[in-house]
Amino acid sequence: MTTLVIAEHNSKKLSPSTFSTLMAAQAIGSDIHMLVAGKNIAAVAEAAAHLSGITKVLCADADVYEYALAEPMGDLLVHLSTAYSHIVAPSNSESKDYMPRVAALLDVGQVSDVCAVLSADQFKRPIYAGNAIATVTVLDEKKVMTVRASSFDKSTQQNDQACAVEMVDFIAQNAVSSWQSDDITESARPDLASASRIVSGGRGVGSGENFALVEALADKIGAAVGASRAAVDAGFVSNDLQVGQTGKIVAPDLYMAFGISGAIQHLAGMKDSKVIVAVNKDEDAPIFQVADYGLVGDLFDVLPEMTDKV
Amino acid sequence: MKILVGVKRVIDYNVKVRVKADQSNVDLTNVKMAMNPFCEIAVEEAVRLKEAGVASEVVVMSVGATQSQEQLRNAMALGADRAILVEAEGEIEPLNVAKAFAAVVEKEQPGLVILGKQSIDSDNNQMGQMLAALTKRPQGTFASKLVIEDDKALVTREIDGGLRTIALSLPAIVTTDLRLNEPRYAKLPDIMKAKRKPLETLSLADLGVTLKSHCRLDKVESPATRSAGIKVSSVDELISKLKDEAKVI
Ligand SMILES: Cc1cc2nc3c(=O)[nH]c(=O)nc-3n(C[C@H](O)[C@H](O)[C@H](O)COP(=O)(O)OP(=O)(O)OC[C@H]3O[C@@H](n4cnc5c(N)ncnc54)[C@H](O)[C@@H]3O)c2cc1C
Repeated sequence: MTTLVIAEHNSKKLSPSTFSTLMAAQAIGSDIHMLVAGKNIAAVAEAAAHLSGITKVLCADADVYEYALAEPMGDLLVHLSTAYSHIVAPSNSESKDYMPRVAALLDVGQVSDVCAVLSADQFKRPIYAGNAIATVTVLDEKKVMTVRASSFDKSTQQNDQACAVEMVDFIAQNAVSSWQSDDITESARPDLASASRIVSGGRGVGSGENFALVEALADKIGAAVGASRAAVDAGFVSNDLQVGQTGKIVAPDLYMAFGISGAIQHLAGMKDSKVIVAVNKDEDAPIFQVADYGLVGDLFDVLPEMTDKV
Repeated sequence: MKILVGVKRVIDYNVKVRVKADQSNVDLTNVKMAMNPFCEIAVEEAVRLKEAGVASEVVVMSVGATQSQEQLRNAMALGADRAILVEAEGEIEPLNVAKAFAAVVEKEQPGLVILGKQSIDSDNNQMGQMLAALTKRPQGTFASKLVIEDDKALVTREIDGGLRTIALSLPAIVTTDLRLNEPRYAKLPDIMKAKRKPLETLSLADLGVTLKSHCRLDKVESPATRSAGIKVSSVDELISKLKDEAKVI
């Protein structure tokens, strides 16, 4: 029984979600290999080889894997699958694409967003926007699963001695999909998915210009900026800042919500945060039911004052 | 070009679910049901493509209980031309649903299939990708923009840090994100008209699909609830709490 963990990386570094996924894989209790796929990723593969708990790194370095498009990634994983009992990836925008493909091509089901590993075939996962937690037993021989990184510890040990790095010579063919362009928002702030502090704004912030108030506090305390869907839909900030059931799932040490009402779809994405602060002028806003510290007030007064005093 | 759209009957997104006392599942008795919000967006996109002259026919399809006819009629009121219901009781796993869709894709040969990116009950986020794999068609997931150009679909989707545009050769499978469009409401005359539009009912056996069980549901629990916190009365008090009590700043 061997588990294959698929590394999340940006071609330069492993993401913290890779470490959390490794923790989940260790709970499965088998030998673990890690796949690093992409283009020009030798350094990432080398870093992976130093992670404790891994006995082999597979490195698939080719043009066709550069953007992790679903079709070639799916074919690569199916090609590698014969050696593995479990194929595990952190739940992210890329794995959400290729993992179900892999499952279907192998004629097995997939368990999405595993938040607890009970045994090698029994897992917990959230359903109904996190309003219920299901315990499921996978009946298929081969288990294909994605892991909710925020549910697992990301502190991983490093070894001085690296394990073997094996080059994968399989190069998938892809004539059906192609990368066209990326529109990346450059930000000097911490990454939302792994930040230890997040300051989020909702519809109450009112406009894109006003979001500068949220950003000022975030910068003062070294936090990432987040948003509710209403704020994203209104065009105040870009899509990738959305926290929630259908946005990013986060669990920082501190989550501060300004002008966010607390709809279940938003709570689904942040209610596992260690400390939640809510600032809202409506004292009955549902967000106060999950907040450790609530302040009833106008965010246009509170934000500048906090930024000033903190 | 024919477009096939998936429609799922789910709990209304405003309803807060309750777990059954015996923890066997969530309680759906007497709960308001509706079309999955992502499917509404898929229907809207297909109808817009028809209005723009890109699509010639919009076929909506559901795999589920007889009551799913309601959501299919609703989709026809929004502008779909006809509907297919593959009747199946209980919760059907995504791979089985994908197999039923693959059989219909084989029969209908749509140029494009549009599906919601996830259904808000099981939150699996798998079906479209699985269908793409089974039909060997390219996939574009989480579309926040869709442009059909000659024999290609240009799909803009979210990635970490921003947006990515990919090109898919048609026929293809696309799944929708929330911000792809704003679905319209059905008008009364259209609801009346939808009652006369064709709705074909099939069984999984008609499609040659046998249900295979991949996953057993052992238990459903309520998530751990957070204990109610406190209200502070000033920014100073908040800052001191965060510094001294919670030690997070
Ligand atoms: C299928 C589906 C998926 C969804 N996914 C997500 C998701 O992933 N993430 C998400 O966030 N939402 C999601 N939503 C949307 C969600 O249901 C809510 O509509 C959304 O979260 C509301 O955002 P909001 O709290 O910013 O806005 P509102 O609900 O409009 O709340 C604004 C709040 O700001 C307060 N306010 C206004 N002015 C001020 C002021 N000056 N000072 C202080 N407070 C002020 C108001 O009292 C109010 O409580 C989803 C919805 C659906 C149907």
